[in-house]
Amino acid sequence: MRLKRIPGRTGIAAAAMCAASAALAQSAADEIAKYRQMLADDNPAELAEMKGAELWKTPRGPKKASLERCDLGLGPGLVKGAYTQLPRYFADTDRVQDLESRLVTCMTTLQGWSEAEARKNPFGANSDMQALVAYIASQSKGMRMAVPMAHPKEREAYAVGKRIFFYRAGTHDFACATCHAAPDLRIRLQNLPNLLDKQGAQLAYTTWPAYRVSQGEVRTMQHRLWDCFRQQRFPDAQYTSEAITALTTYLAKNADGGIFNAPALKR
Amino acid sequence: MKRKIILGLLAGAGAAGLIGCAATATTSETDAARRAAQVLRASFASKGMASLDRLDQDDVQRLCTEYAEQAVPPAIAERIQAQQLALVKKPASGKLIGDWKAGEKIAQEGRGMQFSDAPDGPRGGNCYACHQLSPQEISFGNIGPSLLGYGKLRGNSEAVIEYTYNKVYNSQAYSACSNMPRFGHKRILSPEQIADVVALLLDPQSPVNK
Repeated sequence: MRLKRIPGRTGIAAAAMCAASAALAQSAADEIAKYRQMLADDNPAELAEMKGAELWKTPRGPKKASLERCDLGLGPGLVKGAYTQLPRYFADTDRVQDLESRLVTCMTTLQGWSEAEARKNPFGANSDMQALVAYIASQSKGMRMAVPMAHPKEREAYAVGKRIFFYRAGTHDFACATCHAAPDLRIRLQNLPNLLDKQGAQLAYTTWPAYRVSQGEVRTMQHRLWDCFRQQRFPDAQYTSEAITALTTYLAKNADGGIFNAPALKR
Repeated sequence: MKRKIILGLLAGAGAAGLIGCAATATTSETDAARRAAQVLRASFASKGMASLDRLDQDDVQRLCTEYAEQAVPPAIAERIQAQQLALVKKPASGKLIGDWKAGEKIAQEGRGMQFSDAPDGPRGGNCYACHQLSPQEISFGNIGPSLLGYGKLRGNSEAVIEYTYNKVYNSQAYSACSNMPRFGHKRILSPEQIADVVALLLDPQSPVNK
């Protein structure tokens, strides 16, 4: 027996309860915003930024070289504004790279680490990578996102990233779009950015990396996406893999014009 | 009798396949889709419960990805729904309404099926992530509609019970490309656990209906 869709929610009582719940959710969001503002002047991410600035100029690795000649896209050693124009195509590696992927390249070519050594400690308290990202991102504060799309591989990364955003798979049929393609959504009381909306995309992208109060760490975009995929019930997204870079390209480009404001402070 | 009709529909949809429906896709979109599948495959690794084959889309997932940015054409939606409805399995006992208290626990439990979860650990429906249910629980999401008073509003006729069980078992039986997981079909929850969730929604003693 096939049934027609059961009539939807009705009733004034239900509507009133919905309104009350929405108010509760709103007040929770307000409290979190207040808390964020209280801490904003003392963002613990600054410690990571200082550590990263030291790491950037300290000779390290088998070649005893600093990263000061690393080309993040604007020329060797140019850090200011670099994050707002990443991911981008790099001719020397012939691929699109985000910041973390590019740092792995510089650590291998300039400092002489093996690829495995450069990638081995991407997240967590002792991660040099995390500190470097915090420092480099901080040097783009106040600047506008402007992700290049001149190279065909940049356009391809965007198209592939977009496809991944909508790609439904796994045990739960989830895609990024399941939670991030409509306005004013929440999981439990956690607000979800609408990444298809210009403002939503800008607000989300320009506030990563961020110091996560609940985790006591600066988390990078690589970490954010890796953890999203985990919750999506996907397998383990590999650090600096092409899928992460493509998705980052899609998200970064959609945030174009937004004023970069990270490392930020988050729940 | 109705079952025969559904099977007939399925046969019709079968051979011609749910494949190749994206006639509107441009070449570059098709290329991007192909590249994305390759890129995903090369970018993930099996870990814990989450093996690499989770990236392989079934027909429904592929179609829903294809039509993610537009309405699913009615003929395709009908086919998906008929096919998914035919795949619903009932508990061995035949009882579609279980224990609402067990259902509430399942609704609260967010763990399960992530690579960080123990394979034999707790596994829930995480219903509150997206729905309001019991009024006592104020931490609920809104990706799905509020289900507060679900049974009170609908009664618990055979038809409502059947619909509710099928919907939780396979959300796409009635709504092609719904955002809701297919809890029974994908073995996230057992038929008995789904009956417990049905009880949470329909039992007059359940807080949902108080």
